[in-house]
Amino acid sequence: MRATALTSRRFKKDAVLAVFGGSALVCIGVVFVAIVGEMLWQGLTSLSWTYLVSAPSESGRGGGIGPIIVSTAAIVGISMAVTVPLGLATAIFLSELPRQHPRLARVLRQCIDVLAATPSIVIGLFGSVFFAVTLGFGLSILSGGLTLACMALPLFVRVAEAGLRTVPGNYRQAARALNLSWTGTLVHIVIPAALPTIGAGLALAIGRAAAETAALIFTSGYVDRMPSSWFDSGRALSVHIYDLAMNVPGGDQRAFAAALVLLLLVFIINLVAAATLTRLFGQAGK
Amino acid sequence: MTIEALLPNWFAASLWERFPTAILRRLNRGMIRSHIKSSCAVSLRLLLIVAFIWLAGCGNTATHNPTRLVLTGSSTVAPLALEIAKRYERDNPGIRVDVQTGGSSRGILDTRRGLADIGMVSRALKPSESDLTAHTLARDGVAIIVHAANPIEALTSDQIKAIYTGQTARWHDVGGSDNPITVVNKAEGRSTLEVFLGYLHLKSSDIKAHTIIGDNEQGIKTVAGNPLAIGYVSIGAAEINIANGVPIKMINLDGHRPSTAAVADGSYPISRSLNLITLDAPSAASRKFLDYARSTDVHDLVVQQSFVAVAP
Amino acid sequence: MSTISLSNKASSPSRRDGVLRGAVTTAAVAGIALLAGIIFFVVQESLPALTEIGVFRFASDASWHPLEGAFNMAPMLVGTCLVTVGAVALALPLALGAVVFGRFYLPPRARAWVRGAIIVLAGIPSVVFGLWGLVTLVPLIAAWQPPGASLLSASIVLAIMITPTVALLSDSALEHFPREQVMAARALGLSNWAIWFHVMLPARKHALATAAVLATLRALGETMAVLMVAGNVPALPTSLSDPVRTLTANIALEMAYAVDTHRAALFVSGLVLLVLVMALVLTLGGKSKTVAAA
Repeated sequence: MRATALTSRRFKKDAVLAVFGGSALVCIGVVFVAIVGEMLWQGLTSLSWTYLVSAPSESGRGGGIGPIIVSTAAIVGISMAVTVPLGLATAIFLSELPRQHPRLARVLRQCIDVLAATPSIVIGLFGSVFFAVTLGFGLSILSGGLTLACMALPLFVRVAEAGLRTVPGNYRQAARALNLSWTGTLVHIVIPAALPTIGAGLALAIGRAAAETAALIFTSGYVDRMPSSWFDSGRALSVHIYDLAMNVPGGDQRAFAAALVLLLLVFIINLVAAATLTRLFGQAGK
Repeated sequence: MTIEALLPNWFAASLWERFPTAILRRLNRGMIRSHIKSSCAVSLRLLLIVAFIWLAGCGNTATHNPTRLVLTGSSTVAPLALEIAKRYERDNPGIRVDVQTGGSSRGILDTRRGLADIGMVSRALKPSESDLTAHTLARDGVAIIVHAANPIEALTSDQIKAIYTGQTARWHDVGGSDNPITVVNKAEGRSTLEVFLGYLHLKSSDIKAHTIIGDNEQGIKTVAGNPLAIGYVSIGAAEINIANGVPIKMINLDGHRPSTAAVADGSYPISRSLNLITLDAPSAASRKFLDYARSTDVHDLVVQQSFVAVAP
Repeated sequence: MSTISLSNKASSPSRRDGVLRGAVTTAAVAGIALLAGIIFFVVQESLPALTEIGVFRFASDASWHPLEGAFNMAPMLVGTCLVTVGAVALALPLALGAVVFGRFYLPPRARAWVRGAIIVLAGIPSVVFGLWGLVTLVPLIAAWQPPGASLLSASIVLAIMITPTVALLSDSALEHFPREQVMAARALGLSNWAIWFHVMLPARKHALATAAVLATLRALGETMAVLMVAGNVPALPTSLSDPVRTLTANIALEMAYAVDTHRAALFVSGLVLLVLVMALVLTLGGKSKTVAAA
């Protein structure tokens, strides 16, 4: 008798778990289908090759998003050109030198944590004052790129540091046995071994930067023509989507089409990152 | 541990696997090469590049470059100004016109500080702004909108005042259904809000709003999604949306039917001028653009944005 | 030739090491300087408001009407916290439920597909969530409980936004869970319920807490999606269906229209956010060392 009672209670609890988990999954599924479905439904009709390469007209209701894709690429490109060297150096410091500078390393780690958690709009405020006004870059692709770099840096440092740390210690020992210098070990052994992770960090940082809206409105501006220099103002895709949705009557379909392009872009970048990570950890985990 | 988080087990990675690593390997070779050079020289060069960029940036403000015009200000005027600027650039090679969005107050501030050659302001200038000259580009009305399913067709300004100050809380009291009213208001600082408040003789703090919105389209989407909402938006934007089948309607205000035509003949009571503003003595380049922007050459653009063109 | 290159090799590495060490340390200092710079500029720009208005009026004024000299920011701080808590409270059980279901009841192939779909969801830019919320979710809520744009809608949209992150992070926290332990638990006749709550959850609580912290910070910092669905009325909400304004939305909504003291007051919003985030990171981040960005 007791055994059956126990089994039935067990069965009930497990059923609760299964039903709750299942419905949670269904919930996420429904939302997923609703959002992506609406994007496809509304956006696909405007999506075409000419849309991708031609210039916008009628405030974005007509034409395409060619110059906007170029501006987005330029802004993200600048931010990565700053993030990668600076972030790599910072990650090397955090992974290689914490014993030599314990206090600096601890403070730096907390700074990176805070930076990673700082709302992007606050970094946008900083960029709009420091890059646009104090350094005199104005509303430009350069200001936008540098502001995004501040956002992407902590993310990249985090991933790159983790990558450098996972390089097995015996690699280093072997390098030392061959009388390789610290620099030589880093450049020839450790960084190459960590490259897949570093590349993944890069892709994640690009994804984060490409999806940013708030910070870019204050720094890279609104002009939707093809940029011809770093000091030109250039409209990013996310800003374009926001403007179409919130400021242009009848801009919804175009907004969804641009969002589809951005989603595809970010998705491909994330895939590249994830694939590299799989590769690395797939090997290390076994 | 977070890194593992992004691993898709499902993704066999056969295609992408080689692609990023190949690029990165090449990148690495470059890194080694640059490393052979003295790092000191590299950092010095970097410093020089930064200094150069800085200098170039300093020389890049609007006032130093006569072939570049900078317009900042109202988000209502910005899309129109952008289209005019594009056509102007096409007809006048060598001149660049940068249009930045923001708000009317930003347009005034930037023009005064010399950060912009021309400001965009979506209301008439105030007495305190007499140091500036307004050049009217077009006119725009502000319409009261409700959901298309709302039986209300007309309201007086007293009724609207009562609704926006919270004295009238149910549609029933103004002749509608027995449901609560959702009051949609604009965010502080927007000139549509200032024009609306000016017409009703209200202060911003008198208004008891249920939803506060930023740009026009957010207001239209909010009202279209809520059969009990009331809001106010640009007549031009409302007309385009109604033509597109968005379920909103403009209601009569004190017996006046809102339409761009009524704004044009002056019979509709709440309207505002969309202005380009300059300091009293604009540069020759600015003046040329101002003349162009108010000429009949761009009236089709004004109409396309659903504003009312004014005689030059 | 060979002797020269040998001696070169012998002398240069230590010099190079010094150069690299110097460069790397400089970068580290630059990282700290960046945060210091951000704090410096935000403080500098908010100083006019802090000195003219005073710190206390940001909590004691009657309302937020910056053009009429009223600067009460407390409702927005509360709004930010409520929206964040609401989003995490919705997202956490949903994501964990889905992860548990995937672990216990889904075949590996199906789980892989679900995971792929969640990765897509994680890649959607926040503006799109906001737009979807504004045109689909808010009207649904408005039909049930006007005005629609509310604490509830903002929490739901944010929850949808962070659920993929939480799900991916917590799933990977369980990824390398020793199979022997699960099998031992099964052999002892433990139910799935017991295995989850008494074996897996306690063993991975730190990693799961990290996932929650990261999700919280992401929700806290979101601007555009919240601005589009929260209603943005700067008053204390008394129920779930009341509108709220968050500090981030406050900046985005008014910054372009703000001059002088109004602008400085918006920088104070940024400063408050910065302080909030620092407090959170220093208290929560200190406990779990593996907090990483995601």
